[in-house]
Amino acid sequence: MIAFWLVLLLPVAGSMLLALTSSLVVSGWLNVFFCALEFLASLWLAVLVHAGGSLAVAGFQIDAFNVYLIMLTTFVGLTTAIFSRPYMKDVCEQGRLTRQRMRLYHAMFQMFLFTMLLALASDNLGILWVAVEGATLATVLLVSLYRTPESIEAAWKYFILCGVGIALALFGTVLVYFAAQQVLPDAEAGLSWRVLYQHAGELDPRVMSIAFVFLLVGYGTKVGLVPMHFWLPDAHSEGPTPVSAVLSGLLLNVALYAVVRFKMLVDGSLHSTDMPAMAGMLMMGFGLLSFMVAVLSLQRQRDIKRMFSYSSIEHMGLMTFAFGMGGPLATFAGLLHMLVHSLTKSAIFVTVGHASHIAGTQRIEHIRGLIRTQPGVGWGLLIGVAAIAGFPPFGVFTSEFLILSATIQSWPWLTVLLLSGLGIAFAGLFRNVQPMVYGAAPEGQSAVSANMLPVLVHLLAVLWLGLAIPAVLYGWLNEVTLLIAGEGL
Amino acid sequence: MNMSHLPLLQQGIAVLAALVLFTSFALLAQTRLTSAIHSFAWQGAGVALVTALVAYSSHTSHLYLSAALTLGLKSLLIPWMLHRLVRQLNMERLVENIAHPAVLLLTGAALVIFSYWVSLPIEKLGLGDTRNIVAISLSVVLLGLWMMVSRRQVIAQVLGFMSMENGLFLAAVASTRGMPLVVELGVAFDVLVAAVLFGIFFFHISESIESLDVDRLNRLSEREEHS
Repeated sequence: MIAFWLVLLLPVAGSMLLALTSSLVVSGWLNVFFCALEFLASLWLAVLVHAGGSLAVAGFQIDAFNVYLIMLTTFVGLTTAIFSRPYMKDVCEQGRLTRQRMRLYHAMFQMFLFTMLLALASDNLGILWVAVEGATLATVLLVSLYRTPESIEAAWKYFILCGVGIALALFGTVLVYFAAQQVLPDAEAGLSWRVLYQHAGELDPRVMSIAFVFLLVGYGTKVGLVPMHFWLPDAHSEGPTPVSAVLSGLLLNVALYAVVRFKMLVDGSLHSTDMPAMAGMLMMGFGLLSFMVAVLSLQRQRDIKRMFSYSSIEHMGLMTFAFGMGGPLATFAGLLHMLVHSLTKSAIFVTVGHASHIAGTQRIEHIRGLIRTQPGVGWGLLIGVAAIAGFPPFGVFTSEFLILSATIQSWPWLTVLLLSGLGIAFAGLFRNVQPMVYGAAPEGQSAVSANMLPVLVHLLAVLWLGLAIPAVLYGWLNEVTLLIAGEGL
Repeated sequence: MNMSHLPLLQQGIAVLAALVLFTSFALLAQTRLTSAIHSFAWQGAGVALVTALVAYSSHTSHLYLSAALTLGLKSLLIPWMLHRLVRQLNMERLVENIAHPAVLLLTGAALVIFSYWVSLPIEKLGLGDTRNIVAISLSVVLLGLWMMVSRRQVIAQVLGFMSMENGLFLAAVASTRGMPLVVELGVAFDVLVAAVLFGIFFFHISESIESLDVDRLNRLSEREEHS
């Protein structure tokens, strides 16, 4: 109980306090301090849930699935805060930001974490929606933080596209509520996941399938699924780097979490109709399309952050595909991929932030000789890219291997597409990264003050997950798989 | 389905919903910004009235609160904020040039037909008038979306966005007698914050590109990457 309220309310307290703190040094440390407290609280919560199976507090429901994502959220939040402290101080000292906007930045960083945690913990579909929309509102001013014409345009696109998407998701939510009211004795409870899962079989399959289309398109916009992905590269490339790291590592995951929850519900409802796997097929289609389009678009990017944001779309597509395929193996692989992708991608964005500070630009052709100038950043980028491209022995290799095995079992022909896509992505990433890290550094390029600790911790964790998944984590992910797919590995 | 078989209140709800749909079309083709804001305010009032009628006919007391909230937010506060912004940005006399008004409106009509087609399965549930309302609210949502796609003024886009919210609210009220109060308060809060943020953005955009025409927001296209 206490652990739960701490997890949820610490970010709110942090946000208010940070909005009032004007000293740069203090607010940077305060942000780290609050993120550390949130991580510890979520650790405590995870231990409680692990011992008791699940935890229900008025209007909230914590089970294995969301506590796993809550921990991931607070962990990535903490490491990003550690990175952002010296980074944003640098940015501020360069004169790109005023004190007032730094206050906005810190307050909204905590507010964003709060909306993510609220979305994950809530038992109520409506509150989930409110929280995901709240996350857009909290981050939209962060994307335009530098107030350049480009960043304002990116923020506007982000605002409008996600707003529209999320509006369609609300329509889907209303339809689900409508379907629930026809069968539930207590109509007011028709928005609770717990109640809905118990009555999933009775919900009208026709209404539920229309609802799922709206929900998939709506929350899919936030996942970054093609063709609703246009906001993602812009928002990632124009916003400050810590914001790109949390958007890529956390926001996309939470949106996918919502989609997977709804899929579980719709699967239950369509169980006895002639199209039992409708939801899964839709997710597979959108996932595969996003994967292929992102892999191809990645090739022609000139901006380093844009390139990695397309890589995020690629991986989100792959996860959506895996969850759509269903079955214990694919679901387990999707969960593992969620974990390793978040860790790796936020590490990469942190490194990219330092790299673009060193070079003074985000254009790929002007970033050269990173290893010569600052070995830590250069090697960090190289290893991070190796990890995200699916090189063994990193964790991404394990999860992609599992996704491929599951595909071979149920859709053998699609393995060809997946494998060639992974190959093309690999080629595109390395073609661009190799000259950036090796090669001669331009004259006058000097090292910046960089904190590579978050990168090191993330990449070591990904390496560990690739070499051996700890028994605790395996049991935990298996429990989640049991929850989603109905059977464990 | 014959309208005269329905109870009087139901008929009233259906007529008001149709009026809301009508204001959606008015919004879509309105070239003067101030008049478009007025149409939006009327739409908000229509939605609030539907909510009040539903509250009266189904004896759901918390819906009166939602109706008051909608009236205050959608037909008074937000239109007033937009009016003030338009005055501050000296755009009162601005008339937006719509290239093909007939195509615009015919596509809108097609969207309404599409909404009725999408909501066909709901008719099979045999719940009388629900399908009409769901179809109308989906039309309002899609017309708002269409307005955002087809109009070039930032303020027109915001009006489209807000009228989408109106459609969603109508769907929730008319088909499910409103979402639980917590959710409705949350949604209202989000809409309010969004409206404030839109206002902030107007100033940023007009400062950065010296106009509020989204055609000028074109720095971040993929094509630029080639050059």
